Amino acid sequence: MSPTTAGPVLSAEGVSFAFGTQSVLEQVGLQLAPGEFTALVGPNGAGKSTLLRIVLGLLTPQAGRVQLFGVPPRRLRDRWRLGYVPQRPRLAPDLPATVEEVVGAGRLAKQGWWRRSRPADRAAVGHALESVALDELRDARVGELSGGQQQRVLIAKALASEPELLILDEPTAGVDAQSQRLFRDSLVHLLREHGAAVLLVSHELGAVADDLDRVIVLRRQVLFDGKPSDLADTGVSLGVHPDDLPRWLEELRPDLTENGG
Amino acid sequence: MPGMPWPLPWPFDTTYMQLALVAGVVVGVSAPLIGTFLVQKRLSLLGDGIGHVAVAGVGAGLLLGTAPIWTSLVVAVAAALAIEWLRARGRTPGDLALAIFFYGGIAAGVVLAGRSATNTNLQPYLFGSILTVAENDVYTVIGLGAVIVAAIAVTRRALLAVVLDEEASRVAGIPVAALNALLAALTAVTVAAAMRVTGVLLVAALMVLPVATSRVLAGSFRSTTLGAAGVGVVAVVLGLAAAREWALAAGGSIVLVTVALFAAASVAAALRRGRTPDAGTLLSGPG
Repeated sequence: MSPTTAGPVLSAEGVSFAFGTQSVLEQVGLQLAPGEFTALVGPNGAGKSTLLRIVLGLLTPQAGRVQLFGVPPRRLRDRWRLGYVPQRPRLAPDLPATVEEVVGAGRLAKQGWWRRSRPADRAAVGHALESVALDELRDARVGELSGGQQQRVLIAKALASEPELLILDEPTAGVDAQSQRLFRDSLVHLLREHGAAVLLVSHELGAVADDLDRVIVLRRQVLFDGKPSDLADTGVSLGVHPDDLPRWLEELRPDLTENGG
Repeated sequence: MPGMPWPLPWPFDTTYMQLALVAGVVVGVSAPLIGTFLVQKRLSLLGDGIGHVAVAGVGAGLLLGTAPIWTSLVVAVAAALAIEWLRARGRTPGDLALAIFFYGGIAAGVVLAGRSATNTNLQPYLFGSILTVAENDVYTVIGLGAVIVAAIAVTRRALLAVVLDEEASRVAGIPVAALNALLAALTAVTVAAAMRVTGVLLVAALMVLPVATSRVLAGSFRSTTLGAAGVGVVAVVLGLAAAREWALAAGGSIVLVTVALFAAASVAAALRRGRTPDAGTLLSGPG
């Protein structure tokens, strides 16, 4: 099935999922347009990671429909269009690989996993390294880098395939302030230079608050979906930390928070 | 092989030593290529487990009157795929799955070999007999080694991606399950190829120890892989030389050389970093 180029890069309708009898997602719907920068926020256990795994095609919803570029996630052939940065750095400290080798692995979706790297592939890897300010460390072993640097390596790995939709799961958790600034710069570069859409799952939106187009608040259901300014109008600030989230939800939809989740 | 004995210096100045050298170098290159990925996937003992299972194949070959290298290849590949299937399903702990095959395989080998009419014992297959390797066996080893080198050359980038993050690789469309199965099958091919060199019980040493040595000193995954193959070749050459000079068991000598090279590399790396090596840093390498 060939993907479409018009329309939303991501759409979800009526998505529900439960682990056994424990409902995690109920009738969740959302859409992302090309070039849109969206944050998905919610407390621990709100279903954010489950929703991401469904969107990525790693889990199948029990109800509802998800499409990436107009096709179900598992039927998307041009996988390079989708970039993914997992929640925590999983780079083993004894891994004898360089920064460039790790980022180069992210290029395989575009170049073909069985093909040799061509000049265009090496240029894309170099560009991804520059966009996270790691080009001078390209020959360093990843195990010798700080946590923040390792996270930027994983972001560059996701950027190397030049994705049209980048999904990041808590990318700045535990990362120092300088790395958060560089992270923000690399996302803005991706949005402005490449016109890619970004879906950011994070508790720490302070670094990117001014650049967001939309905020989606999730707790089993979508509690809020709109512009950051509209969220601010409800009296909730985007300069958040995790402890604030339950309070947001109480202010937004007290009927839902009474039942827990 | 054509032109043997080739004009090589001592200790490789005879035909039997040159056949041993060719077979040994092929295994010395190919086993660490596989081992590089096994070590990073925390599957260092997979080669050992499959080596034990291959004993059942040797027993079957002796019982059926078929060349044991082929029967052990079939049994080892089947067991490797079964172990990988159990591991991927995650319902059987990796070490328990290995143990079941480990003991079942070696017990079946002993039983099957005991039922064979010939008076052949298992020892040459358990611990290798590289100095008595026949020309046909060398051609078989070269063929199996070529399969391993070609497969790794094509899949090494994707295998590195899987080593880095299986989930992200699935999202990127890389065939993770197929590559894991391929790596397990190539491990089995390596076991069969190394049967006459180090024996099936010591083959895992040639997969793991050169990699452990190389990654202590190497600065990249590529140089770790190539360096491990280089260490494998050096170990084969020095091990064969020691075996001829002092009339030692060749397979064991090769493995002992890899142990010595690992210890030397670890000490050199620790001295380079300006501190005294301890067991933890020796086994984990820099970083």
